[in-house]
Amino acid sequence: MESLKVNLCGTELDNPVIPASGTFGFGYEFAEIYDINCLGTFSFKGTTKDERFGNPTPRIAECPNGMINSVGLQNPGVEKVIREELPKLKKCFRKKVIANVGGFSTQEYAYTCEKLDKEDAVGWLEVNISCPNVHGGGMSFGTNPDSAAEVVKAVKKVTTKPVIIKLTPNVTDIVSVARACENAGADGLSLINTMLGMRIDLKTKKPVIANVMGGYSGPAVFPVALRMVYQVSNAVSIPVIGLGGVSSAEDVIEMMLAGACAVQIGSANLVDPFVCRNIIGELPSVMKKYKIENLKDIIGAAKNG
Amino acid sequence: MKQSLFTVISNRSLNSNVYKTVLSGDTSAITSPGQFVNIKLEGKYLRRPISVCDYDSESLTLIYKTVGKGTEQLSKMQKNEKLNILSGLGNGYDISKSGNNPVLLGGGVGIPPLYRLAKDLIALGKKTAVILGFNTKEEVFYEKEFEQIGAKVWVATVDGSYGKKGFVTDYLPDSYSYFYTCGPEPMLKAVYKATDTSGQFSFEERMGCGFGACMGCSCRTITGYKRICKEGPVLTKEEILWKA
Repeated sequence: MESLKVNLCGTELDNPVIPASGTFGFGYEFAEIYDINCLGTFSFKGTTKDERFGNPTPRIAECPNGMINSVGLQNPGVEKVIREELPKLKKCFRKKVIANVGGFSTQEYAYTCEKLDKEDAVGWLEVNISCPNVHGGGMSFGTNPDSAAEVVKAVKKVTTKPVIIKLTPNVTDIVSVARACENAGADGLSLINTMLGMRIDLKTKKPVIANVMGGYSGPAVFPVALRMVYQVSNAVSIPVIGLGGVSSAEDVIEMMLAGACAVQIGSANLVDPFVCRNIIGELPSVMKKYKIENLKDIIGAAKNG
Repeated sequence: MKQSLFTVISNRSLNSNVYKTVLSGDTSAITSPGQFVNIKLEGKYLRRPISVCDYDSESLTLIYKTVGKGTEQLSKMQKNEKLNILSGLGNGYDISKSGNNPVLLGGGVGIPPLYRLAKDLIALGKKTAVILGFNTKEEVFYEKEFEQIGAKVWVATVDGSYGKKGFVTDYLPDSYSYFYTCGPEPMLKAVYKATDTSGQFSFEERMGCGFGACMGCSCRTITGYKRICKEGPVLTKEEILWKA
């Protein structure tokens, strides 16, 4: 019997499959079509201190083998998430969930994480450091090792649950940011967030996305994500969640061979709402095909030596 | 929402760039007129959302304009080819609000969802008026089909080459109990201003998923943020943030 169980920062997951933040809402839209308790866990919609409408529309552009989104962290704000979304989430999901947090200053990150840390339903905090730092000239926190480390320290000071830092790929050297997060006390890393991209409409001769640029995701970015997971997991000793274009059981296994202890699935949920359930169902036979008995054993197996 | 395979029964053009595709498959998730389906096309990453023109227990009729490569591909599908479709998406028109003599205003490729709506209203014994707007004569479609189901139909063309000259709002009846509309946004805004009853509007937006997961198609309304794909595409006049 194949074992799909993995460990995420001290908590055992039934399997490594985790819908990524921003593609799964707070779970209940998907709970209408399948029992989401089959998931390892899921990362809920990015939550900020205050309510945000997000960016103007169009927010979506199609690309070959992927898509660009510029939603802009639309969410009801942490108070309303705790008051209205978490009770609904708990009704359809019995396991601990990953709370995804965004922010525009280190204080905001700390504020939101402190609130969510107190919630029973939350098992991990996933901090999205791709947001622009309004006090730092608008550069994303995640593009600089020092500002990334500051966020980690501020969040760790006010929380008790494992803190996973979600890294942006839009950097020259992701390993230096990953190391800075580990040294600042991060309990885990997830990567990659979307890659900055754009499309132009030939008819209007203007950008498709109202905000001009957005985050590119989907199968096209998988090789880039895989490469970064490989590099980062080689350089740090904390757990790494791999994501970026994962769409099949084979992709999940490939990410784990590169060094991921668990795998998130994002865009694929938007195209096939059943994809996570189907991947979990297919994993045992794909494992059998490649003579894998225990998923835990293959984590990082592609590394040299 | 249901994901299932549909089979192409027929595919034909209604004018130079408007196509009618009839499919067979499981339509049980469709619950009201004005809902849409989201179609997976070979080689395209995102699905294509298209409003439901009509359906019965085992067939689905879609009418759409070819606006890009995806809809062009759909328009060339052959009989017996299969399509992976998410059906029963969105919040459609609420026919219980219609009163006894509703008016339906459709513009161009916004007309198809009004067809099933008119059918349902007429089945309830409502005296249903339909005003169809086009730019020019060559674009006109479905006038007869609306007449055949018992609707009172007017056609308006912007250039006056067919029917009455002008916009759908120029030909609003003197008296109507309620309105339903779908069409390009400038037309919807004109309808908003010209009507003196309550009514329902169907909106369009670029979508990621089509079922409420990605927040790609959000809009602001008087009653808060709404997703065009989930709380919409139909919104009521009272919810919309435009000024009369």
